Amino acid sequence: MQDFSESFSLAFQLLTTFDPDLVEIIGLSLRISLTATLLSCIFGCLIGAALATTRFPGRTVIIILVNALMGLPPVVVGLIVYLMLSRAGPFGWLGLLYTPSAMIIAQTLLITPIVAALSRQLLEDTHTEYREQFESLVMSHSQQVRALLWDCRYGLLTVVLAGFGRSIAEVGAVIIVGGNIEHYTRVMTTAIALETSKGNLSMALALGIILMTLALVVNALVSGLRINSTRLGYA
Amino acid sequence: MSNPFFIQSNSFLIIRVIAVATIGVIANLAALTGSALAGSQTGTDGKTSILVQSTTSTANSGLYDFLLPHFQKNNDIEVRVVAVGTGQAIRNASNCDADVLLVHAKSAEEKFIADGFGIARFDLMYNDFVLIGPAADPAGISKATDTVEALQLIAQTRSLFASRGDDSGTHKKEQALWQSANISPLTAWYRSTGSGMGATINTGIGLGAYILTDRASWITFGNKNDHIILHEGDSSLFNQYGIIRVNEQRCGNVNVSASQTFIDWMLSKTGQDLISQFKIDEQQLFFPNASSAQ
Repeated sequence: MQDFSESFSLAFQLLTTFDPDLVEIIGLSLRISLTATLLSCIFGCLIGAALATTRFPGRTVIIILVNALMGLPPVVVGLIVYLMLSRAGPFGWLGLLYTPSAMIIAQTLLITPIVAALSRQLLEDTHTEYREQFESLVMSHSQQVRALLWDCRYGLLTVVLAGFGRSIAEVGAVIIVGGNIEHYTRVMTTAIALETSKGNLSMALALGIILMTLALVVNALVSGLRINSTRLGYA
Repeated sequence: MSNPFFIQSNSFLIIRVIAVATIGVIANLAALTGSALAGSQTGTDGKTSILVQSTTSTANSGLYDFLLPHFQKNNDIEVRVVAVGTGQAIRNASNCDADVLLVHAKSAEEKFIADGFGIARFDLMYNDFVLIGPAADPAGISKATDTVEALQLIAQTRSLFASRGDDSGTHKKEQALWQSANISPLTAWYRSTGSGMGATINTGIGLGAYILTDRASWITFGNKNDHIILHEGDSSLFNQYGIIRVNEQRCGNVNVSASQTFIDWMLSKTGQDLISQFKIDEQQLFFPNASSAQ
């Protein structure tokens, strides 16, 4: 199809000329998604570790709930955050609606359950495996958690990548709370939605190709880090 | 199992990465708190900014990209445009999430003023709606003498029609036109997409359906395929755009002076002349007609 070849050459052209608008949009996309991923990583791993290592009534219900929240529709998260941050809403006084911060908040809410649910499973499996050893070493709870997080670090890296993948590809939430404002809250996915709505399908697809390349680069960097550190570990 | 507390050499790398990442998070959180304290009144670089809730056609056609650099030459005001359908724009502005409203549904705008959300409404510019459809024109609407007849032909031949169905200005206009053509209920041939103008045109083209669109959106649309304008020029297809400042007594966050500066400029001779100079493919998209407040 003509659209595809045109899109590839357009994507190549945009990338090689360092189109300033595109650079700005890519920068904002990465800033928002990486920040949201890091925040979710902190909250999600803590929730995951807590659920994996403690036993309390209602725990199963919470696990089911967290697992179900992995399927949170972005547009619903966007709507909830919109209602919270709107001037008419409870946090309207913060003046955060239609800012990059609102987008970070929405994406953090969206991907924290993913990180929490996946890390819970990973840590719980490892915890079961290590239990006897933990008991024989008479380790405190926080020592156990630290040991689990450290030994599961590579698995957790994949969990974090799953969260990042969700956030960088997501459009439903950020378009509602960010408003797709040019030079301010426009990111890759909302730019793609805009170009599609203008009927500029080749441009939309070209931006899609660039977004996928971006995700590939981030994933490659993380794998590089992992291979590199493993090699160092054996050196 | 290795001793988990034994610091391995690779941990330094990981710690370094975590440290860099933490600094990134802190920097972003600082920006978050900073913008929270500053509110929406100031921009990223401390510049005054206003938020315009706008209909999509003005934004998607590139009108703001053309006008705003001229405005910003003499005014140090950052204009942030959120482009959504007219219905949603009015709802957002009713929640105080706007300084200025620029839409095209006169009766809804007048209600917005009457409800106390807006100060005054000014006519800004106009263009017109057109009926587009497949060039083969299965319903034969290109021969219709007026819009009522064109819509009746579509209904009689049960030709597919794609509607916005999203409470936008265009959707409101379309509903009024069906009503004046005395056609209801709208059945299987009538497809409500519930989405924006561009998405509806994309869907309509895929279906080979007729679509009501404003002329600016159609001229700037990039994926026309074999769809063409089949019906235009009827006086009922007139499309008036209005501009309104949100009432600061209702919404304390409104930046009165900056938004009034913007509205005054849009209604001034400079702004109006520039609107008429905005052309795509040699065609003028919007026709200025500012007069006095209504």
